[in-house]
Amino acid sequence: MTSQPILEVSGLTMDFGGIRALNALDLDVASGEIVALIGPNGAGKTTFFNCITGIYTPTEGNVWLTPPGGKKVSLNGLKPNKVTERGLARTFQNIRLFSKMTVLENVMIGRHCRTKAFILGAILRDPRTRREEQDILETSYAMLEKVGLAEHCDEFAENLSYGAQRRLEIARALATEPLLLLLDEPAAGMNPQETIELEGLIKKISREGQAILLIEHDMKLVMSLSDRIFVMDYGRKIAQGTPREIRENPAVIKAYLGEEVDA
Amino acid sequence: MAVFQELKKGVLISLWFVFLTFPVMVIKVDPIARTVTWRWMNALYMAVGTFIIYTLVQFFIKRRGRSKPASTQKEAGSSVIHRLLDNPRRRAMLFVVLAVAAIAFPQLLSSYQTNVMTTALMYVVLGLGLNIVVGLAGLLDLGFVAFYAVGAYTYALLNHHFGLGFWTILPVGGLLAACFGILLGFPVLRLRGDYLAIVTLGFGEIIRLVLENWGEFSKGPSGISNIARPSLFGMELDLHGSIVFNYYLMVLFVIFTIFVVNRLQNSRLGRAWIALREDEIACQAMGIDKHRTKLVAFSLGAFWAGLMGVVFAGKTTFVNPASFTFMESAIILAIVVLGGMGSIVGVILGALILILMPEYLRGLSQYRMLAFGAILVCMMIFRPQGLIANIRRTYVYKKTPNDAQAS
Repeated sequence: MTSQPILEVSGLTMDFGGIRALNALDLDVASGEIVALIGPNGAGKTTFFNCITGIYTPTEGNVWLTPPGGKKVSLNGLKPNKVTERGLARTFQNIRLFSKMTVLENVMIGRHCRTKAFILGAILRDPRTRREEQDILETSYAMLEKVGLAEHCDEFAENLSYGAQRRLEIARALATEPLLLLLDEPAAGMNPQETIELEGLIKKISREGQAILLIEHDMKLVMSLSDRIFVMDYGRKIAQGTPREIRENPAVIKAYLGEEVDA
Repeated sequence: MAVFQELKKGVLISLWFVFLTFPVMVIKVDPIARTVTWRWMNALYMAVGTFIIYTLVQFFIKRRGRSKPASTQKEAGSSVIHRLLDNPRRRAMLFVVLAVAAIAFPQLLSSYQTNVMTTALMYVVLGLGLNIVVGLAGLLDLGFVAFYAVGAYTYALLNHHFGLGFWTILPVGGLLAACFGILLGFPVLRLRGDYLAIVTLGFGEIIRLVLENWGEFSKGPSGISNIARPSLFGMELDLHGSIVFNYYLMVLFVIFTIFVVNRLQNSRLGRAWIALREDEIACQAMGIDKHRTKLVAFSLGAFWAGLMGVVFAGKTTFVNPASFTFMESAIILAIVVLGGMGSIVGVILGALILILMPEYLRGLSQYRMLAFGAILVCMMIFRPQGLIANIRRTYVYKKTPNDAQAS
C-alpha cells in the first residue's frame, strides 16, 4: 500500500454560483489499490468525479496523474477526452451507454483514444488500419469476456439487463486502458445477486493490478472491497482511513446518523 | 363490441371532417353571376373518403399491434433488400443486374429520361453526403444546400472569369465547400438538436441572400449562364452526347460515394459519429474529441454537396440563387429521413422515390406538395425508422471475434 500514488488531488474546490460543492478536497490513490469515496447524498462525490475527469472545470486545486515509471502530469483544465487519453476512465451513475449500438461496438468506442485511423485510413483501408481494426476487435472482445458479456456481443446495448449494462460500462471504460478506473455507484439499483457478481468482478479487475476509485452507497460492498476509504460531507473530507478505522470514526457516524441529542 | 365502437368513432370523425371542409368543399359562390351553388355530393365524398381512410389506418395500427410480440425475431432480417445483401451470391447477382440496367439506361430511353435520372442520381449523392451529418453524426443540418451553392458558384465564377474547366474545378469546389463546412462547424460545435437546426437554416439563407444581393460578385438573381459542360478528355460533346456523358459521370459518382461512405461508416471514425449521436458526454468520457469529430462530419458532408454543386453547374450550364432555396435542403433532408437515417440503401431508395415520383406524376403536379407532406406524415406514423432501417448488429465482425477466440 506504500507504492507510489497514481492519482493525487490537492485542494480541489468547486463553486456553483454561491454554493461551494467541493471544499479544498485532498485525495490520493496508489497503484493497485481500491479506494472508496463515500458520503451522504449531495455530499459532492459525483461532482468530484466530474471535476477530475474534466466535465466541470474546478474553481481551484490541482489534479495530478502519475503513470507507473513515468512523469507526473497535470490534468487541470483538460477536456474530458484528453483526461481519458491520459488514463482516467469512468462509468456513470445513471448509465450512459450508446444504446443503439451493439454491445461489442460500445466497447470498441472505448478503444478510440488508443487508436489512430482517420479519414484516409478509413477510406483506403491500408494494412495498418486493418491491423488496427483487428486489434480493436480482439481487445474489445477480450474485455467483454472479462466482464462475462461475450455471448451478448451482437445485441443492442439497450436490450441488456440493468446489471449487464453496468458491467458493459465497466468493460467500455477498461477498453481505454486506464491507469485508474473510476466507478460511480456501480451497484446502484442492482439486486443482491448482481451485487455479489459485481463484487467478484471488481476484485478480479483489481487482482490484475488495476487501481480503482469508486463511489458507492452499499456499505457492505464498500467495506469488503476497499483498501482505504475517504468520507465526504458537504463538500469536505471528514475522514479517511481503512474500513475498520472509518467504521469507528465518530465524525462519520455523525454524518450518516446525525448527532446524539442530550436528553 | 370493439368493432362497433370503432365504427361509431369513424362516423363521428367523418362528420367532423365534413363540417370542417364544408365551406370549401360544399359552398361555391360565383361572384359574377351572384349565385351560390351547393355541392352536396362533395360532402358525401368527403364523409365516405374520411371514413375509409380512418378505418384503414385503424386496421393497420391494430394489425401492427397484434404482430408486435413476433416482431422481435423478424427485426433481424427486416427487409427484402437486407436479406438480398446478406447473401454474397444474390448480392453479386443484384449488382450485375443493377450495373447492366445502369449502363443500358441511356441507350434505351430518351435524353429526357436520362436527364431526369441524372438529376435523381445527383440527389442520391447529396443524400448520402447529408446522411453523414444527419444520419450518422446526428447533427440536424437544415442548410445543406448552402454547400451545394458554394460548389455550383465556384465552378460558375471560375469558369466565367478564368475559363477553368470542369475537371480542374471539381476538387476545388468540393474542398471549398468542405472549408465552408468547417467555417459553419466552428460556431455551432456547442449546439445540438433544434438549436443547431436553426443556426444551419440561417447559414443556408445567408449564403443564398449573399448570392442574390451581391451583384458585382455573383451577378445577383439573374445568375451566371453559359457555363462549360463537362468535357470528355478535351472533346466537346453535342447536347445529346453531353447528357449521356453526364449520366455516366453521375453513375460513377454514385458508386464512388457509396464506396467511400460505406467505408467511413464501418470505421473508427464512423463508430465515433454514431456514438456522438447517441451520447455526447459518454463519448467524451471515452476519449473521443467531440469537436474534431463533429467538424469532420460537417466538412465531409459539405464536400459531397460541393462536388454535386460543380456537377449541377456543369449539367445545367446556368446557376442562379433560385436553385438553392430552403426547399432544396428540405428535400435532401426528406430523402435521408424517408430512406432511413444512416442507411445507405435507404437513402438511395429515398432519393429515387422523392425525385423520380414528382417527375412521372407531372399530371398531379398541383397536388405535389400535398402528396409530399402526406407521405412524410404517413412514414412517421408507420415507419419512423425510414424505408430501410439501418441494421448494424449483423456487422462484419461477427466472424472475427470467433477467430480471436480461437487464436
